[in-house]
Amino acid sequence: MESVFDIFLLEAVLNGLLLGGLLALLSLGLNLIFGVIDVVWICYAELIMIGMYAIWWLHVGQGLSLWLAFPAAVVLVGLMGMALHYFIIRPVLAAEPINQLLVTGGVLFFLQALATVIFGIDFRNLGVRLPGFSVGDMYFSSARLLAFAVALAAIAATWLFLRRTFTGVAIRAISQDRSIMPLMGVNPGRIYLVTSAIGGALAGLAGCLLVLQYDVHPAIGLSFGPLTFLICVMGGLGNLIGGFVAAFVFAQFISVGGFLFQLEWGYVIAFVFFIAMMFWRPQGIFARSGR
Amino acid sequence: MLELRSVSAGYDGFQALSDVDLQVRSGEAVAVLGPNGAGKTTLLRVISRLIANRHGELLMDGRRYDAMPAWDVIGLGIAQVPEGRRLFPRLSVEDNLRIGAYLPAARGKVASRLDFVYSLFPRMRERRLQLAGTLSGGEQQMCAIGRALMSGPRLLLLDEPSAGLAPVVVQSIFGLISRIRAEGYTVLIVEQNVRQVLGIVDRAYLMETGRMRTSGTAAEMLSNDAVRKAYLGI
Repeated sequence: MESVFDIFLLEAVLNGLLLGGLLALLSLGLNLIFGVIDVVWICYAELIMIGMYAIWWLHVGQGLSLWLAFPAAVVLVGLMGMALHYFIIRPVLAAEPINQLLVTGGVLFFLQALATVIFGIDFRNLGVRLPGFSVGDMYFSSARLLAFAVALAAIAATWLFLRRTFTGVAIRAISQDRSIMPLMGVNPGRIYLVTSAIGGALAGLAGCLLVLQYDVHPAIGLSFGPLTFLICVMGGLGNLIGGFVAAFVFAQFISVGGFLFQLEWGYVIAFVFFIAMMFWRPQGIFARSGR
Repeated sequence: MLELRSVSAGYDGFQALSDVDLQVRSGEAVAVLGPNGAGKTTLLRVISRLIANRHGELLMDGRRYDAMPAWDVIGLGIAQVPEGRRLFPRLSVEDNLRIGAYLPAARGKVASRLDFVYSLFPRMRERRLQLAGTLSGGEQQMCAIGRALMSGPRLLLLDEPSAGLAPVVVQSIFGLISRIRAEGYTVLIVEQNVRQVLGIVDRAYLMETGRMRTSGTAAEMLSNDAVRKAYLGI
């Protein structure tokens, strides 16, 4: 009896690890946007929802191969990220943070309503089930394993881009001192657009991974949008490494907490932990000193 | 090389520059002297197009550029080391330098220009992986000058390079600027450290309340009564 308990605990830990990779990807885009542009895309999860619908529509509705539907969704949501910045964020860049929050909040409800009008409130899925697999007595979903691997690869690629390319260095630099960027020949508006495209593309990629595991419906953003936001806050908004670690911490709370009690309790524990953290370290666990 | 013709500029409701004329010829080192609030920093910001001039003309190599966005000015060969250095504190020294070569035309030459900057400032090579925010004041100034050199400019604008540095460090920074001159760069430098800057430039302008009050060779300025009384304490 005791050994069975242990192996299922291990299963929960490993599943938490897989979930952590996905959550890390979700938080990366939101965190990048905040770190660079200093604006929170409250509607981030709704961009992911649009990506999921795009894949569903292209694959189920139009009969397009998933191999084409996935990249199309990444490009589409990337373009939406640029449009969001250009038409919605740019005009309020100098406004109060609360106005910026409200305007992206408005986009959240707009996208939800739009999805309801176009696709209705039905739950849609691709009708694709990736097989699960067992290791000893433990059972894993291969969709989750795939999501974990792709998420980590995307995070690594983003990291390399930010470290190695001129545009990447400019993205990191602009978050530290915007007003002198023109002295280096950098057009800040262009860097913001590129960053928004990357943030959008990461949301699109998250949509690809989520649509393999979950049904899409207009309110699906609510089931992981708040979670994504809390992870970013816990890691220190704008701190990419902090967000990465926080995603794995949160995922363990959900997975192991859900295993020890009940699935719903995993979330309860995770959010209680978050609230406690906000008293203890309101700047996030990994807040940079002096900012 | 650089010419300003009766340039005026300011911020909302405040005229910071009135009717300013200025000329910098190729190969020259020119200083702009003046007290705090005379408009010296505004002058450099106008030259780099960080703020727009209201009247007058900006010319580089005889061509007007006062409609150009700020990020294109560096492509004309004008690089600025801003007041307070303004490094990116959480980027490494080398990333700070690399961002100076952001222009597409400069990117291919990053390796050779890094070598050049490191040969000029060997200290920067030692610290290349360190975060710029952890450098001492003098080292930060070297890094900021190096960053400006990475674009391969012909004209280097320096805004108060000695500000906030210890006297010994100021000495060495002026020494470095002389060496940069010797490398063939044209230099326009804004300074309050009048005596020392007049030792390394060919000509100087004296600015007061947004206007050019007088100008002359370094030797003329050293013996100018207004300069002597106000800035040299003689």
